[in-house]
Amino acid sequence: MTANPFSLWVYLSQQPLLWLTVTLLVYATADALSLATGRHPFANPVFHSMWIIAVFLLLTGTSYTTYFSGAQFVHFLLGPATVALAVPLYENRKIVAAAIVPMLAALVVGCATAIVSVVLLAKAFGLPQNVVLSLAPKSVTAGVAMGISESLGADASLTAVAVVLTGIMGAIIVTPMMNRMGITDYRARGFAVGLASHGIGTARAFQVDAVAGVFAGIAMSLNALVTSLLVPLAVTLLVR
Amino acid sequence: MIASLSLILLCQLAGEIAVRAFAWPVPGPVLGMLLLLVLLLLRDRAVLFAQGPLQGGGVENAAKGLLAHLSLMFIPAGVGVVQKLDLLAEHGTAIVGVLAISVVITLLVTVVTFLIISRVMTRGRSVS
Repeated sequence: MTANPFSLWVYLSQQPLLWLTVTLLVYATADALSLATGRHPFANPVFHSMWIIAVFLLLTGTSYTTYFSGAQFVHFLLGPATVALAVPLYENRKIVAAAIVPMLAALVVGCATAIVSVVLLAKAFGLPQNVVLSLAPKSVTAGVAMGISESLGADASLTAVAVVLTGIMGAIIVTPMMNRMGITDYRARGFAVGLASHGIGTARAFQVDAVAGVFAGIAMSLNALVTSLLVPLAVTLLVR
Repeated sequence: MIASLSLILLCQLAGEIAVRAFAWPVPGPVLGMLLLLVLLLLRDRAVLFAQGPLQGGGVENAAKGLLAHLSLMFIPAGVGVVQKLDLLAEHGTAIVGVLAISVVITLLVTVVTFLIISRVMTRGRSVS
């Protein structure tokens, strides 16, 4: 046993092992709690893991760079998970093919709404131009949104935060909102949350209904495609 | 399992290479997803493709395993909020407000568009 527990902490806090363990452990706990509440919208595991880890980093004075040296292994999986969406798409190809026209219409209209609404609102709220640009791609999955943000010369790390916040808000709001509106078509519900709230919305949709999850996954991947094309255009028209 | 993960990574790699090589404005993993979808469809048509992870549900199980924990993968990016505390102190309320209103509008417009077009199509089909 080391004589000085502080030197042990100094050693461990610089190692990826500790931060990877913290990420998985906090998530596993938050997910178990979410399951225990019957997947209540406010027990969102991403939201609770995020603030608990953030507070822990602030209390221990750990920099995000140090944390990310461990957490990057989890972050990396976003790419392979996007590729993996091909499987639910393939397995449900008949339902998807049958709904191709409403899907494409909702994709184009929804994607344009997501970008235009955030840019106009951000300008109306008087946010600085750099922030407006960083928020523009917030409805697509983190890796893609950060790429778009970089190509616009905006702040990619702010984009990542906006992406996660958007995902969490959509995942919390969607079930009560759709229930109140009396919408029972799980294809439409899933598609809307996947488009507005990418992977976090998709994870939520899979919790509620399998068909909703599939449509959310499709919306998320198609939206990544369309948003990469539309954001530069929208920014040229609305911001510059 | 390892072969299935390798196939998924290979699709992503091919996607990234194609995107860089041709300077396409599409994310590499999205192209990788299309590639994997094409491989799965080809497998049903030609025995040539029904090999290794593409048979016996190999790649399917690996993909479902990954997707079951999709939420987890957003946490590292979300914790990045600790780098933005001074910006959030200044503009936090406005940013959260903008994002919340935008996500509600987007959900509403998307779900309504989907339902209207879907209803118009079924009506058109029942008339004809």
